[in-house]
Amino acid sequence: MRRFFYLLRLSGQSAWNRRGTLALVVFSVALSTALLLGIERVRGQARESFRQSVSGTDLVVGARGSPLQLMLYAIFHLGGATSEISWDSARRIAERSEVAWSIPLALGDSHQGYPVVATTPAFFQRYSYRRGESLRFAQGEPFRDLYDLVVGAEAAKNLGYRPGSVLTLAHGSGAGKLAEHTDKPFAVTGVLRPTGTPVDRSLYISLEAMEAIHLDWQGGAPVPGFQVRADQARKFNLEPKRVTALLLGLKNRGRVFALQRQVNDYPGEALMGVMPGVAMDQLWTMIGAGERVLLLVSLLVTVTGLMGLAAAILAGLGERRRELAILRSAGAGPLDIVLLLACEGLLLMSCGILAGTAALALLIAGLGPVLADRYGIALYLSPPVAREWAILGGILLAGFLAGLIPAFRAYRLSLADGLTVST
Amino acid sequence: MVGRAAVRLSRLVFAWPGQERAVIRISSFSLAPGEQVFLSGPSGSGKSTLLALIGGILRPRSGSVTVNGVCLHSLGGWARDAFRGDEIGFIFQQFNLIPYLSILENVLIPCHFSRKRRLRAKEAAGSPLRAAHRLLERLDLAPDLWNRQVTRLSVGQQQRVAAARALMGGPSLLIADEPTSSLDADRREGFLRLLLRECREAGAGLLFVSHDRSLAEAFPVRLEFTEINEAATG
Ligand SMILES: Nc1ncnc2c1ncn2[C@@H]1O[C@H](COP(=O)(O)OP(=O)(O)OP(=O)(O)O)[C@@H](O)[C@H]1O
Ligand SMILES: [Mg+2]
Repeated sequence: MRRFFYLLRLSGQSAWNRRGTLALVVFSVALSTALLLGIERVRGQARESFRQSVSGTDLVVGARGSPLQLMLYAIFHLGGATSEISWDSARRIAERSEVAWSIPLALGDSHQGYPVVATTPAFFQRYSYRRGESLRFAQGEPFRDLYDLVVGAEAAKNLGYRPGSVLTLAHGSGAGKLAEHTDKPFAVTGVLRPTGTPVDRSLYISLEAMEAIHLDWQGGAPVPGFQVRADQARKFNLEPKRVTALLLGLKNRGRVFALQRQVNDYPGEALMGVMPGVAMDQLWTMIGAGERVLLLVSLLVTVTGLMGLAAAILAGLGERRRELAILRSAGAGPLDIVLLLACEGLLLMSCGILAGTAALALLIAGLGPVLADRYGIALYLSPPVAREWAILGGILLAGFLAGLIPAFRAYRLSLADGLTVST
Repeated sequence: MVGRAAVRLSRLVFAWPGQERAVIRISSFSLAPGEQVFLSGPSGSGKSTLLALIGGILRPRSGSVTVNGVCLHSLGGWARDAFRGDEIGFIFQQFNLIPYLSILENVLIPCHFSRKRRLRAKEAAGSPLRAAHRLLERLDLAPDLWNRQVTRLSVGQQQRVAAARALMGGPSLLIADEPTSSLDADRREGFLRLLLRECREAGAGLLFVSHDRSLAEAFPVRLEFTEINEAATG
C-alpha cells in the first residue's frame, strides 16, 4: 500500500514535470468528457421536454385511427387534419362528470408555414407543459374579439409580430401557394412566452373565428358568387361543427382507463381516446434516431481523446527509459513500472474528467438561463444522474485501459533494456 | 575460501534474446563479502550485461548467480526484484538521477522499494531522512543543495548523489558501472576515494567497472573481464 502511494506520487511528479505536453492531453480528455456529458444532458433534456410538450392532459380524444397521428395533430399541430370529430360528441364527452376541464382544438389553416389552431380561452388557462407549467403571455392577452389572434413565441419572433400587428391566414397548410382569407384579417392581441414546445410555433384563434373565415368556403375553395364580409360574419351562428381533437383533464386520474374505454366504445361515432404519455414515448423512439447519431459522434470524439492520451504517454516513454531503469535498479519490479504508468494514465484521466465536468457545469450555469429564455431549452445545473455517473465511470475505465497500452510497452522495454539504457 | 561469498557465479551463460552467440560464458567466479574489485575490459565485451545478471534484472540461459548466499535462480521475479532492492546499490555512468525529484528524494528512492533498507537506515541514523542527510554530508554535498532540482547539479555532484543513493540503507554490494567516465581526471580521483571509503565504512562490497586502468591501483583486487569471460575470447 505504502509502495502504491509512492508510485502514485512519483507518477504525479513525473506528469507535473511534463505538464506542458500533458496539459494538451488533459484538455482533450476534458473536451471529450464535456461533449459526451453535454450531449447526454441535452439528449435527456430534449427527450424530457418532448415528453413534456404536454402535461396534465389525461386523455386526448380524436377520430378513430392512428394514435400517433392524433398526437401529431393534437400536440404538434402537424399535418392537415383529415379526420375530425363532431362538435356534438366533443361537447358531450367534455360535459361528463369525471372531466375537470377540456380544450377543443381545430386545425386546418396556417400562416407563413406556422399552423393556426382554433381553440377556446380554456387553452391558455389549462394547457400545461413540462412539470405543470402553464402558458404565460410575454405581451398582451388572450383573444377576446372574433378576429383576435395569439402568437407563439418563436412564430412571433421570426415574423416580427407584436400585439396590434395585423395578418391574414392561409387556407390549409403545407408548401405551395395557398388561398388566403384576405377578406378577414386578424389582429394580434397577445404573444406567448417561450415554452420549448410546439406551442411556440403556433398561432391561436377562437373556434368561432375558424367558423367565420370558412362561412363562404366549401371544401378547399371559396364558394363562387357567395361572399360574407367580415362584419357580416358576426351575425351568423358561429358554433363550430367539427373539431380535430379534444384534450381532457380528469378530476380523478384513476378514472382515465374507464373513460378511455367509454370513448372507444362511443355510440354513433368512431372515436378514440389516447393517453399522451404512452403515445409520446412511442413517437420519440421513432424520431429519436438522430440523437443516437449524436451520441455516436461524441463517443468517437472520446475514443480519439483517449488515443491521444495513450499516444502522449507512449511518446514520453522514450525519454523516460532512463528513469524507469533507475527505479528498476532500486528494486522496482516490472509490475511497479506498469503501475507507475497506469497511475499516470488514471491521473490524467481524472484531471481531464474533472475539468470537463466543471467546464460543462460552468457552461450550463452560464448559458442555461439564456437558452431557456430564448429557445425554451431547459438545461438545469444538477448533480449527475445515474446514467451520467455511468458515462463518467465508462470514460475513466476506458482511459485506464488506454493507459495500459503504454504501461505494457514500458513493461516490455524495462525487461528488454536491462540496466543499460544509453541515453 | 570458507563462508558465504558476496557473489558467486558458476557455469553462467547468457545470450540476448534472439541472438545465437552468448555474450557471457563464465565457468566460475566469486567475490568475497566486503571485497573491492576493479573490473576492466573492452567495450562491448559484456561487462554491463554481467552486472545486470548479478542484479537479477536479466536471467541467465543456464548456470547460476548467487548473491549473499541466495541463488537468484530460485527466486521468483517479484522476489528477485525485492532482493536487488534490499541488497544491491547501483551507480551508472551518467543520468543516474530522476530529473523531477529533488536530491533528497533521489537518495531516498531505495527506501521506498525496500523495507529492509528503510529499517537499516532507521537503525543507523534514526530515520531514512537523517540517514540521507548524513550520507550527503559525507559525500561533500552541502545542505543548501539538498532540495535543489537535480538538473542544476554539476556532473560530479550528480555522481556523488548517485553514490549516496546506492549506499542508502546499507546494501551489501555496490555495483558501479563506469561511474567516473563522465568526470574529468581530478574529480575522478576524488570521487573514487570517497566511494571506496564509504563502502569500507559500510562494509559493503564494491564491483567497479571501468575502462580507465589508471584507477585500478586504488583497488586491492583487479580483474580483466576477458580473462573470466570465455565468450569474449572465443
Ligand atoms: N538491451 C540489449 N539488447 C540486446 N543486446 C544488447 C543489449 N545491451 C547490450 N547488448 C549487446 O551485448 C553486448 C555486450 O554489451 P555490454 O553493454 O554488456 O558491453 P560492455 O562491456 O558494458 O561495454 P561498454 O564498456 O561499452 O559499456 C554488446 O554486443 C551489445 O551489443
Ligand atoms: Mg557497459
